[in-house]
Amino acid sequence: MNQQPTTNNQQLLTVEQVNVFYGELQALFEVSIQVGQGETIAIIGANGAGKTTLLRAISGEVPVKQGQINYQNKATRGVAAHQLTKLGISLVPEGRKIFPSLSVSENLKIGAYSNRKGPWNLEKVYQLFPVLRERANVSGTNLSGGQQQMLAIGRALMNNPDLLLMDEISLGLAPIIVKDIYNVVKDIARSGTTLIIVEQDVSRSLQVADRVYCLLEGRVSLQGQPADLRPEQISQAYFGV
Amino acid sequence: METVITVVLQGILLGSLYALFAMGLSLIFGVMRLVNLAHGDLIICAAYLGLVLTQSLGISPFLSLIIVIPAFFGIGMLFQVGMLNRTLGKGPLPPLLVTFGLSVILQNALLLGFKADNKRLDAGSVETASLQLGGNIAVGILPLITLSITVAVMFGMQALLGRTSLGRALRATSDDAATAEIMGIDSRKMYAIAMGISLALVSIAGVLLGIRTTFAPSDGPARLIFAFEAVIIGGLGSLWGSFVGGLLLGLAQSIGAQINPGWFQLTGHLLTLLVLVVRPTGLFARTREA
Repeated sequence: MNQQPTTNNQQLLTVEQVNVFYGELQALFEVSIQVGQGETIAIIGANGAGKTTLLRAISGEVPVKQGQINYQNKATRGVAAHQLTKLGISLVPEGRKIFPSLSVSENLKIGAYSNRKGPWNLEKVYQLFPVLRERANVSGTNLSGGQQQMLAIGRALMNNPDLLLMDEISLGLAPIIVKDIYNVVKDIARSGTTLIIVEQDVSRSLQVADRVYCLLEGRVSLQGQPADLRPEQISQAYFGV
Repeated sequence: METVITVVLQGILLGSLYALFAMGLSLIFGVMRLVNLAHGDLIICAAYLGLVLTQSLGISPFLSLIIVIPAFFGIGMLFQVGMLNRTLGKGPLPPLLVTFGLSVILQNALLLGFKADNKRLDAGSVETASLQLGGNIAVGILPLITLSITVAVMFGMQALLGRTSLGRALRATSDDAATAEIMGIDSRKMYAIAMGISLALVSIAGVLLGIRTTFAPSDGPARLIFAFEAVIIGGLGSLWGSFVGGLLLGLAQSIGAQINPGWFQLTGHLLTLLVLVVRPTGLFARTREA
């Protein structure tokens, strides 16, 4: 809250002292993060630390009770999730959330619903994940877990996002597939898209992230650049012991 | 033999009207898991709007569809935006009660405006014209028109849902509205469009019903029952299912009427109960052809 961490003055997203509630239950406590244009941010933390809630607050899926989120220097309070998508925030949701009545290619096309201009289109996504082209006409939910994750990422890219939020993309996948997917994530980051990655796999996120925030019980417990963080610092921030 | 063919033909032709009733109901259920209890009363309303237009403008009921269809599309969108969208996220009961309330209001408003008398739409000679199919078999032109319209609507809906960007967005919203939102889809707008389309189908059904038979302000709930039964037979949320369900319901009623004129409705209800016992999800469980 009181540190001024970033090296980048061009802020794409700032989350300022945000409190989020599910009914009576408070999930986030005065969480503040800054995301610069083109940065890759990792948000780590244990189960229930509030990582997914933070992403859902940014994407407009859950309301912010107190505090403020600014995206492209505009407050997002009261802006619906579908409008934020049109403004360039895309989410790869936890659990992938592939549409079962849509084929693979239709799932991708629905990602481009807002018609945002940019480098990504069906052909580019197929080049990135050739297996999706092979299975273009089957139902999206008939894919394997790894293929579904690729589809979810491809679907989010189809929106040509300025800010791409990825929630637990390694969850439940074989290590070899996780490695493949993270190679793609690195390519996406290198292409200039700003990324926020939520991950339980700490070492994986430290490899790709420019900066890391650790959440503990709904609060930011640690932040910094991966090179500056010592393992015992991280484990303390992660487990709170 | 000729009797059998006639009964089957009559059943299918009657059922095509039920199929049209059912498709609008099924679409709404499929997209927003809402049962519209005012569906039958809206069918009757459409018949009355057709009546007002044919009488005041002196046009054929078929021609009145040019006004009735867009009017009902608009009414559907307004109904969704103005009332039903406000009840979203508060559980299944509030929207159900809103449609129930609308049903009561519509019946009483029609009674005030048009009295309790039976009315009908006059389409001229087409009502009694028939096509001779050889032997003693003849089918009415009007039922044939109804069947053609229903089949055209069926394929039109299929193309809309399967091949257009709007159709994809409707199916995505139906699958998972929250995830559709993060794709940039305004789910409330989708619900409004779905309700508009549903009432457009209702309006066609209402005018065809009004040409086929007489109608009165309190006839809505009975139409709702037929629409429900067709949907149950076919399977909830499946357009093809509703189509086939409507035809089967018509067939069952036609067979029943042949055995004993008093059994007309009974056999339809029995078929519905049979489907509920044997295959409660309906003959075509909820799958959408892409």
